[in-house]
Amino acid sequence: MEPMELLKLLGIVIVIVGFALKLDSILIIFLSAIVTAAVGGLGVTGLLDQLGTNFVSNRSMAIFILILLVSGTLERNGLRSAAAALISKFKGVTSGVVVCIYGVVRSFFAAFNVGFGGVAGIVRPVVMPMAEGAVEAAGHKPDERHIEEVKGMASGMENVAWFFFQVLFVGGSGGLLVQGTLDSLGYEVSLLDLAAVEIPVALVALVVACCYYLMRDKMLRKKYYGDKK
Amino acid sequence: MAFFMDAEIALGTKLLEIVYMVIGLITIYAGIKNLLDKENPSRVGTAIFWCAFGVVCAFGNWLPVRVTGALVIVMILPAVFRQVKPGHMDVPSAEYMEGQFKKIGFKIFIPALSMGIMALIFAFFTDISSLVGIGLGVILSMIILMVYSKDNKPMVFLNDSERFLSTMGPLCMLPQLLACLGGIFTAAGVGDVISALVSNIVPEGNVNVGIIVYCIGMALFTMIMGNAFAAITVMTVGIGGPCVLAYGADPVVVGMIALTAGYCGTLMTPMAANFNIVPVALLEMKSKFGVIRNQVVIALVMLVFQICYMIILK
Repeated sequence: MEPMELLKLLGIVIVIVGFALKLDSILIIFLSAIVTAAVGGLGVTGLLDQLGTNFVSNRSMAIFILILLVSGTLERNGLRSAAAALISKFKGVTSGVVVCIYGVVRSFFAAFNVGFGGVAGIVRPVVMPMAEGAVEAAGHKPDERHIEEVKGMASGMENVAWFFFQVLFVGGSGGLLVQGTLDSLGYEVSLLDLAAVEIPVALVALVVACCYYLMRDKMLRKKYYGDKK
Repeated sequence: MAFFMDAEIALGTKLLEIVYMVIGLITIYAGIKNLLDKENPSRVGTAIFWCAFGVVCAFGNWLPVRVTGALVIVMILPAVFRQVKPGHMDVPSAEYMEGQFKKIGFKIFIPALSMGIMALIFAFFTDISSLVGIGLGVILSMIILMVYSKDNKPMVFLNDSERFLSTMGPLCMLPQLLACLGGIFTAAGVGDVISALVSNIVPEGNVNVGIIVYCIGMALFTMIMGNAFAAITVMTVGIGGPCVLAYGADPVVVGMIALTAGYCGTLMTPMAANFNIVPVALLEMKSKFGVIRNQVVIALVMLVFQICYMIILK
């Protein structure tokens, strides 16, 4: 291969190093675009053409802005309180089960692109007090080391549920980006098919996360409180 | 107007353009509101960003390509120089939200789910883009919310969306900008160079090895960059296309599962700070890796599962 050809990879190097160094994301992408256009011989007009064409043909990715039209007002009208009330209906369960119930509720709504404010919005004010309450209800004083891990598991459940179930929403940004990327390579795919192919993956992710956290919580409770349940 | 009268153009295409116009108007509103907002520390930069974004979104179909290209750069400049800032925000109080919940109750889930349901209805029963379905779902949701409470006037929706937009800031344009970068990579022939390099490692024509490299590469690149969206652009153009899709693998399975394979990387990296490090602070945890430690096993299991799934379904 011509050494000059390797120069074309400069843009990729910029993206990787830039994100790894936590530089401004937009700056990194812009720099990478300019450098790639320069070494790839696109020139100024080629750069402008590519930016214009791709930005317009990928306007679908801005659909989330339309959804924002109701997101804030849904929150204003008590969506988060409703989610909290729904989760706290479950009583007499262990801390691990609390985390799993949150995971199931979170996953269901994530598939409809509905969030409840993540860790700040619901894990801290609702899930953690419930988990600690579950330990106390079993007659133990919550052990700091156990609670630390439950916090980790609740955040993990938050991430797993959101990542793997949000892709089931037809018109979510993940599917749109994949559709756009495949389109630039000449493959046409539908958003519905993209979402459908993720259904088994999402379900397996939820089952794996629930089983793992239930086992882990059981081990931890046995270790710190001598719980057998 | 000729566009909307033209009988040759499909109804779905016209409706989709209307959706983009509404999105454009929302961001232009955000721009003007911030321009007039004395509390905003950077009124002009913020207004330029949101208005340019809105113009490209609403009228991109009719503007010459080079003009939109230039407008994209006009958007990028205030963002890069950190001149896009939030202004005054009318945040609802916890008491108000609790009070609304007492009044509305669990019925609030109906307008929350309406966008997803409408998207599915459109995807299954019409030839029109499911994005138009989301648009109708939003309208439906707004109507229901207005019925629930007299407080929900049109301006409340508009200002609440501006509040969320301003909180997200210029990162709103990130997915579209990444798509542009993908297009530039392709036009410059970056994919060809990578595939020439990778073909030294991946035996040509061996799709299974290609899939394994692609998926693990997605996870690793995402761990380094902390962002699966950036990784999928680079990896699909470089490896997914030439080493997997070129041999006839199903693009739906390969492209989509690669993204969630990348998410496995997100679960394992401190680079994805807002998912893995911010919660540590929010929950006052002792160990910086307390969240990641609880995600590694799940991430690895899911990565292996997805590689097998992709190989079987390809």
